[in-house]
Amino acid sequence: MATVELTFSALPAHVRTARLVATAIARRTGVEESLLDEVRLAVGEACSRAVEAHRAHCPGEPIRIELRDDAGRFEVTVSDQAPSDDIKPEQPLDLGMLSDSFMSNFGIAVIEGLADDVQVIPSPKGTNIRMSWPATVSV
Amino acid sequence: MDLKLDHRTEDRLTIVEVEGEIDVYTAPRLRELLIDLVNKGNFHLLVNMEKVDFLDSTGLGVLVGGLKRVRAHDGSLELVCTQERILKIFRITGLTKVFGIYASVDEAKEAHGKDK
Repeated sequence: MATVELTFSALPAHVRTARLVATAIARRTGVEESLLDEVRLAVGEACSRAVEAHRAHCPGEPIRIELRDDAGRFEVTVSDQAPSDDIKPEQPLDLGMLSDSFMSNFGIAVIEGLADDVQVIPSPKGTNIRMSWPATVSV
Repeated sequence: MDLKLDHRTEDRLTIVEVEGEIDVYTAPRLRELLIDLVNKGNFHLLVNMEKVDFLDSTGLGVLVGGLKRVRAHDGSLELVCTQERILKIFRITGLTKVFGIYASVDEAKEAHGKDK
């Protein structure tokens, strides 16, 4: 198992860097080209959500990403340290209910629509979002 | 790539040209532009996304916010987009039912003209 770890300060400007790193490693790991856009978007969503959570709760703490080549899967875990126990499943769309707070959970819906396999684990000590895609070669 | 924004008005339609990446870092600039346009009385907006390389849920939120603002003035906010990678995020979130999405600026202008 090969692992790359990345930590970054909770700044929106760093999310793009995290997306680029994740996409580069996904490509090296053997994720199909047709899936790389999904990796880029899903990792970006998870990091954006983490940045927003940290800015609200603990702006000085770093966000951590682990990227792993694990038994034919490319697995990404984005971990934040902001307390969260209120991630709810998305509701049917109605423009009137699309408040800013509702939109903030849109990212989870997007990740669930993109990643092949997703686990969202919220806790009072932070949220882990683990997602994976099939990969064909080792790093 | 950073975000480039431009806009022009043709008849009653304000066309917003967007190029680059719309994410948590750049989306506030698009939000500011849409708010500014609405505050200046532009209530029929067409956002051309043909040169957008990346769009995330933050960008979607900005577009939904813009739509809510123009609708408060009986206006419209529609999109030009044919890129599958961008359309996919609208489909995943169900927002294809909320936005009018056209294949070209001309097509959107023609549809808008019919609605006058």
